[in-house]
Amino acid sequence: MQIDLRTVSIKPLRHTFDNVARRIGADKPASRYQEGTLDMQQTANFHYRPTWAPEYDIYDASRTAIKMADWYAFKDPRQFYYGAYCLARAKQQETAEANFDFVENRGLAGTLPESVRDTVLKLLVPLRHVAWGSNMNNASVCAYSYGTGFSQPHIYHSMDQLGIAQYITRVGLLLGDVQTLDEGKRAWMEDDAWQGLRRFVEDSFVLQDPFELFVVQNVVLDGLLYPLVYETIIDDVLSSQGGTPVAMLTQFMTDWFTETKKWADATVKIAAAESAENKAILGKWLTDWRDRAAAALLPVARIALGDRTDEVMGEVVQQFNARMAKAGVAI
Amino acid sequence: MDMQVAKKKLGLKERYAVMTRGLDWTPSYQKMEDIYPYIAYEGIKIHDWDKWEDPFRLTMDAYWKYQAEKERKLYSVLDAYTQGNGHLNVTDARYLNTVKLFLSGISPLEYVAHRGFAHAGRQFPGPGPRVACLMQSVDEIRHAQTQVHAVSNYNKYYNGMHDFHHAHDRVWFLSVPKSFFDDAITAGPFEFMVSIGFSFEYVLTNLLFVPFVSGAAYNGDMAAMTFGFSAQSDEARHMTLGLEVIKFILEQDPDNVPIVQRWINKWTWRGYRVLTLVAMMMDYMLPKRTMSWKESWEIYFEENGGALFKDLARYGITMPKCAEHIALEKDHLSHQAWSTFYNYAAASNFHTWMPDEDEMDWLASKYPNSFDKHYRPRYEFWREQAAKGNRFYNKTLPMLCQTCQIPMIFTEPGDPTKICYREVDYKGDKYHFCSDHCKEIFEYEPEKYVQAWLPVHQIYQGNCFPEGTDPTVEGFDPLAAVLKYYHLENGRDNLDFEGSEDQKNFAEWRGQATKNI
Amino acid sequence: MSTVFLALQTNEDTRPIIEAILQDNPHAVCDEQPAMVKINAEGKLVVRRETIEELLGRDYDLQELQVNMITMSGNLDQTDDEMILFWKN
Ligand SMILES: [Fe+2]
Ligand SMILES: [Fe+2]
Repeated sequence: MQIDLRTVSIKPLRHTFDNVARRIGADKPASRYQEGTLDMQQTANFHYRPTWAPEYDIYDASRTAIKMADWYAFKDPRQFYYGAYCLARAKQQETAEANFDFVENRGLAGTLPESVRDTVLKLLVPLRHVAWGSNMNNASVCAYSYGTGFSQPHIYHSMDQLGIAQYITRVGLLLGDVQTLDEGKRAWMEDDAWQGLRRFVEDSFVLQDPFELFVVQNVVLDGLLYPLVYETIIDDVLSSQGGTPVAMLTQFMTDWFTETKKWADATVKIAAAESAENKAILGKWLTDWRDRAAAALLPVARIALGDRTDEVMGEVVQQFNARMAKAGVAI
Repeated sequence: MDMQVAKKKLGLKERYAVMTRGLDWTPSYQKMEDIYPYIAYEGIKIHDWDKWEDPFRLTMDAYWKYQAEKERKLYSVLDAYTQGNGHLNVTDARYLNTVKLFLSGISPLEYVAHRGFAHAGRQFPGPGPRVACLMQSVDEIRHAQTQVHAVSNYNKYYNGMHDFHHAHDRVWFLSVPKSFFDDAITAGPFEFMVSIGFSFEYVLTNLLFVPFVSGAAYNGDMAAMTFGFSAQSDEARHMTLGLEVIKFILEQDPDNVPIVQRWINKWTWRGYRVLTLVAMMMDYMLPKRTMSWKESWEIYFEENGGALFKDLARYGITMPKCAEHIALEKDHLSHQAWSTFYNYAAASNFHTWMPDEDEMDWLASKYPNSFDKHYRPRYEFWREQAAKGNRFYNKTLPMLCQTCQIPMIFTEPGDPTKICYREVDYKGDKYHFCSDHCKEIFEYEPEKYVQAWLPVHQIYQGNCFPEGTDPTVEGFDPLAAVLKYYHLENGRDNLDFEGSEDQKNFAEWRGQATKNI
Repeated sequence: MSTVFLALQTNEDTRPIIEAILQDNPHAVCDEQPAMVKINAEGKLVVRRETIEELLGRDYDLQELQVNMITMSGNLDQTDDEMILFWKN
């Protein structure tokens, strides 16, 4: 029996789940982001301790030095639950696809000045491995952090970085060939220019504090690398030398950074606003790792910037400091 | 020179290999064992991580594209269903109790799977397993969220679902699914892959989802049908990962075979015990039945699992021996479970009821060897009692199995008249088990299973009352206090379906619909 | 010989795909269930891109199949042109 039910007007018994109502302060209709995020992680009565880390509960807030009265204070300003996330990325990948098609179909790769192509390949291809490292670090933060409000964006970030590694691979294949990838990996493993950065990345792999890892990877390293490589070197310096097609191929990364830094900033801001202790810890992490990252990126920047390297790097660090000051941590 | 012409188009396998394979490297500034500290202690030997093949070979751009398409479809159906009061189209309001069971019992497990696969993906050094695990991790948060979103509208109109996260961590029978996943995620990364990736996803998932989803379809629940089928479309990838992981581990070293065999034995049994909830859902809770539990077990485990284990025989893997026990239990499982939930309806977040005459006939036809003989008389007695106003609610707490945490309700394999009890003395305490298999699992890792948070023990120890409760005061009502601790509202969320608010509202709302036309 | 199977949602997208699969696998048996079609086949089932494209009248990427897939059994081997499900025994 099919009846027309649209004509029925009935009063709901409640408007959302109790846990959501408790958190938003009233029983009122809640967003999909809220219902899909708040209290998703289990919090009580775990049955067994991890055999791989018996000192902790399955989810354990004491894994980090950052203390929060409520870990659901962290909210993603993009309001990404899985569906919203995928829809946003699907749109961006469509643009990326159109850009790759445009460059490929018009043979624009062949029109690049030799020097620009060389620089791009030397600079960009080894960054596949940095993205791969970020993929792993973000998986780590997702796995070991506390509360879905904080952990959830990291799985999206992790998948994004895998996507970025694959986009860089495609740029390498378009401007070069499979050997270009091998050459990039060789440089990553052996060339002096890359060793500081590789050491930085490998050192991040053994960090145990998930919040520190978020700071090191997503705030500091990306916060210097993306403005330096994508916003400055590719979109600015190389474009003025006839490298605009490259900027089309890396548009995904530029757009991605603009979007994701809003979330990173909001997250730093919330943690810092919680307490003076948090703010001091964040200040120390940000300063120490910023100095290391800037030093590691310097020889990499020199591949494209030559004499201007120190000046540009100085500007990038200034910008970064200003960004953090706005988020509530003066460094 | 046109370099486009010179470039050969790579095939799927080569393209994927180039996209993913070369990404990792052997570290030199930090030691491998510091970066990947958990991959040795289980005793699994891996010699070449690159031998792991991901047969689906999805790159992220393709992943985003197809998953977004799935999400668009899913949410447009959910929106339309909500706008049209689709919930009033389900066969009858009893059906909603399957939704409650699913949301509080299963959806939280999807979330644990999400975190577990993030952990496994982080810990495996090879890019093949890393990517496969992380893709599953992000899929699993999708499942958890789409389920919550699909059920969100039901929660607005019906009881029992309003605080399901809270319930999952506390309500007595929900410790069965919860402890199952807690067990998996606290195991080492390889065991996690065998438990969830292989045993659960490959061997048992069809038994969970296909009946649930086709049950939803049969009973007019478009919301559950849509999220179910949509989640299943990811499941095909996960099942394949599960099978690949097993083949990979077994091919790497012959020493891995006995370890994997023990895990398969353990997790097939653990998973099967959790499916007890599905068995009773299929046989009792769907007003319109799809197939019986027994039929579904025969198709998806005996036939399909049989083919699988035949395929794995070349590695020396055999069918877990619990399969024989399960075959003996399949005529009884759902009936014993439903009887228990009928007993304990006062402490549950969904309603129970006695099957009507037609339903008993259906059960008799599906279970000719057991139903009329062992279960119908019991049901008829309870029904008579209920008619006289003596609806039976058991207030004595049951003894639980230390491993699977199900009350000790199961009968001896081959003798449905005798309850099966097993026990073990360990460090001065006595532990109880529902079966030889649960006992064996305990004996292999007693230090793990003694930690179990057993709901009945916890109630008796006074740990399941709201803070500040004084159980020594005159007239203290333990059940009322426990319900408060569960956040269940006595008389609305629990008890018999007959006379419930759900029953009354559904009838009234449906009535409005018919009158308006 | 063991049976492999592939289950797809029943909808407008899958109608030509199911037709293509049955055309390419004469030994396959089609089992229609509510909102779902399960295709069973002894030993092996091959899904061919070309046949789907012919029936669909457009280019088709076999990875699109995942959008409508419900479940499957057997080992999987996928290339640009074919998706094969098989048991080795
Ligand atoms: Fe799932
Ligand atoms: Fe048990």
